[in-house]
Amino acid sequence: MRHILSLLIENEAGALSRVAGLFSARGYNIESLTVAPTEDATLSRMTIVTSGSADVIEQITKQVNKLIDIVKIVDLNEGKHVERELMLVKCRAVGKDREEIKRTADIFRARIIDLTEKTYVIELTGTGDKLDAFLEALDRALILETVRTGACGLGRGEWVIKV
Amino acid sequence: MKLSELPHSQTKSANFAVDKPVVSGEILSGAEILCRALKTEGTEFVFGYPGGAVLAIYDEIYKQDAFKHILVRHEQAAVHAADAYSRSTGRAGVALVTSGPGVTNAVTGIATAYMDSIPMVIITGQVPTYAIGQDAFQECDTVGITRPCVKHNFLVKDVADLAITLKKAFYIATTGRPGPVVVDIPKDVSMAKTPYHYPGSVEMRSYRPLTKGHSGQIRKAMQMLLDAERPMIYIGGGAILGDASSQVTELVRLLGYPCTNTLMGLGAYPSSDKQFLGMLGMHGTVEANMAMQNCDVLFAVGARFDDRVIGNPEHFNAGNPTRKIIHIDIDPSSISKRVKVDVPIVGGIKDVMIDLLAQLKAAEQKPNKIAAWWKQIEAWRGKNCMRYKMSDTIIKPQYVVQKLHEVTKGDAIVTSDVGQHQMWAAQYYGFEKPRRWINSGGLGTMGVGLPYAMGCKLAFPELDVACITGEGSIQMNIQELSTCKQYDIPLKVILLNNRYLGMVRQWQEFFHGNRHSESYMDALPDFTKLAEAYGHVGMKIEKPGDVEGALKDAFAMKDRLVFLNFVTDQTENVFPMVPGGKGISEMILAEDL
Repeated sequence: MRHILSLLIENEAGALSRVAGLFSARGYNIESLTVAPTEDATLSRMTIVTSGSADVIEQITKQVNKLIDIVKIVDLNEGKHVERELMLVKCRAVGKDREEIKRTADIFRARIIDLTEKTYVIELTGTGDKLDAFLEALDRALILETVRTGACGLGRGEWVIKV
Repeated sequence: MKLSELPHSQTKSANFAVDKPVVSGEILSGAEILCRALKTEGTEFVFGYPGGAVLAIYDEIYKQDAFKHILVRHEQAAVHAADAYSRSTGRAGVALVTSGPGVTNAVTGIATAYMDSIPMVIITGQVPTYAIGQDAFQECDTVGITRPCVKHNFLVKDVADLAITLKKAFYIATTGRPGPVVVDIPKDVSMAKTPYHYPGSVEMRSYRPLTKGHSGQIRKAMQMLLDAERPMIYIGGGAILGDASSQVTELVRLLGYPCTNTLMGLGAYPSSDKQFLGMLGMHGTVEANMAMQNCDVLFAVGARFDDRVIGNPEHFNAGNPTRKIIHIDIDPSSISKRVKVDVPIVGGIKDVMIDLLAQLKAAEQKPNKIAAWWKQIEAWRGKNCMRYKMSDTIIKPQYVVQKLHEVTKGDAIVTSDVGQHQMWAAQYYGFEKPRRWINSGGLGTMGVGLPYAMGCKLAFPELDVACITGEGSIQMNIQELSTCKQYDIPLKVILLNNRYLGMVRQWQEFFHGNRHSESYMDALPDFTKLAEAYGHVGMKIEKPGDVEGALKDAFAMKDRLVFLNFVTDQTENVFPMVPGGKGISEMILAEDL
């Protein structure tokens, strides 16, 4: 089953490789991993999307928590949460395709953030499913390249992960 | 330098804390700060090897006398010796190596300590900060290379961070589930200066180890233990690391239940006691393995259900699906890792044991339902699975270990390497006290025995220290005979020489059609001459009748290292044996063959 793990870690050199190294050393899956400093510059927030049985997820949580630089780890699947992913898509946009791509982007509430006579760069945020759906809606032949951030998420309501 | 001149404290208190901060305000170099910090942490010995990146540190070592530096002959041995110092005393061991090859040589030692949760601080030299990443001479990514085999590691880029980093290193190494911590110090950092301030303690928001167990869980565990009809207590290395042997022993005796020690737990419960069923696992006794498999309540104390202990977890569970398991461990990730646990208790073994003992003593119910279980266990014990055939003409390795026990009155520190001799040492020496059996259980590192014995003998010069080894293992760090000569370390090497990589040969015999692929040790040196060449005493013993006399002679030579080369039976195998992938009740016994 897919799980989304949210971590607070010390913002120190090498902290990312400790986490990534643990996943590869113990054979755990990483579907995506995203990390950046928080409003408190001494801390980073990392979101890992992984999959496995309940036992495996429990082990992952315990093993990650054992790393010295990890301040907190929470499995967002344990409660209600929101998650978002950002994607940029560069498309070939000429002739009648130009209008068609624009219309599709509008339907998905995507934004065109760069354009030339021949190309668009489209920005889209949402759940992974929504991003997938957008790509399917586009003519495959028109997609030049894509980049995705991987998911990040927060618990809903009063559920706050703090030091 | 004689042992008697070395700094040494008679009583080793475990993991002592230094709470008063040291603020001198003096402007000190990184190297001076390191030496001061080691002194403050109570370091007695630093095992190391100099090199370019640590020259400034060695210059400061030259000027101080707070701790003794032991110059090994290979960095791997430095880490092993510091590791054994820790295993035998309970305090953090300290090793010091240079950058690049110094570090890569040390990695085997670090990984060995990591697998057995040994508290250590390893100081590594690094190329200067401005040269890092430039493929400088003797540069390697120490933090990257050691990351998977340390509890934590640090690269100190600014001398102002050095003191606090060293404090953190000792704190992390010795608390929680212990482990090795590497501190990588670039050459320019060891030479740069800063005002000296050594903190008395550290607080880390990301690291707060628990020691107290949950009282509700402890109550549940107590009730489960009291209601048991077929209980079994399974004691691992955690009981020794947590200095909880006396509490565990008291609990086992109070309950009157059978118990077993793992390879790492030997000595946690005295092996001569009637309630002790012997070691369990791949080469465990019939009674210990059968009791593990058939019990209704299993109480795991600082043990981790390792593959060499319970074999295949599916067989372990399928054979007894109703078995209830209580597990105490300081590391939550050890709980329900290989085997699902019913009552987990996260905490230090000692603290949990004290609480559990108090609850048990206050309880009105007393354990009284286990007479039938003991009868069953005695029937298993009656198989006498540790029997072996004696011979008048050829030395049996088990016999040497038994005689060693007699000659040393069971009171020696015994180190071993890895292989058949390790199992015979574990099975036949009979350990009565914790921290007397020193071996590489997790990583299974050949070559640890001699440096382990060095570390133990330096820590406890008044005790007999014997290294039980094989002719394969001893040659992996035999250069340390030279270190033993330099510092007059009068340990005894007990070589069980069967001219084979015995454990490899045993597996080839059982599982690979008896094809001895590369397991025969041809062209062995004359060990007597070799020992003599290093300035020690060498003996070759070929007849069973000479074993006892040779051991007595060797241990009578209090101030000499004696290398005893016992020429043993080439065909002897370790029994009982659970083949890999099987359940622990599926043992092969000597009599089956």
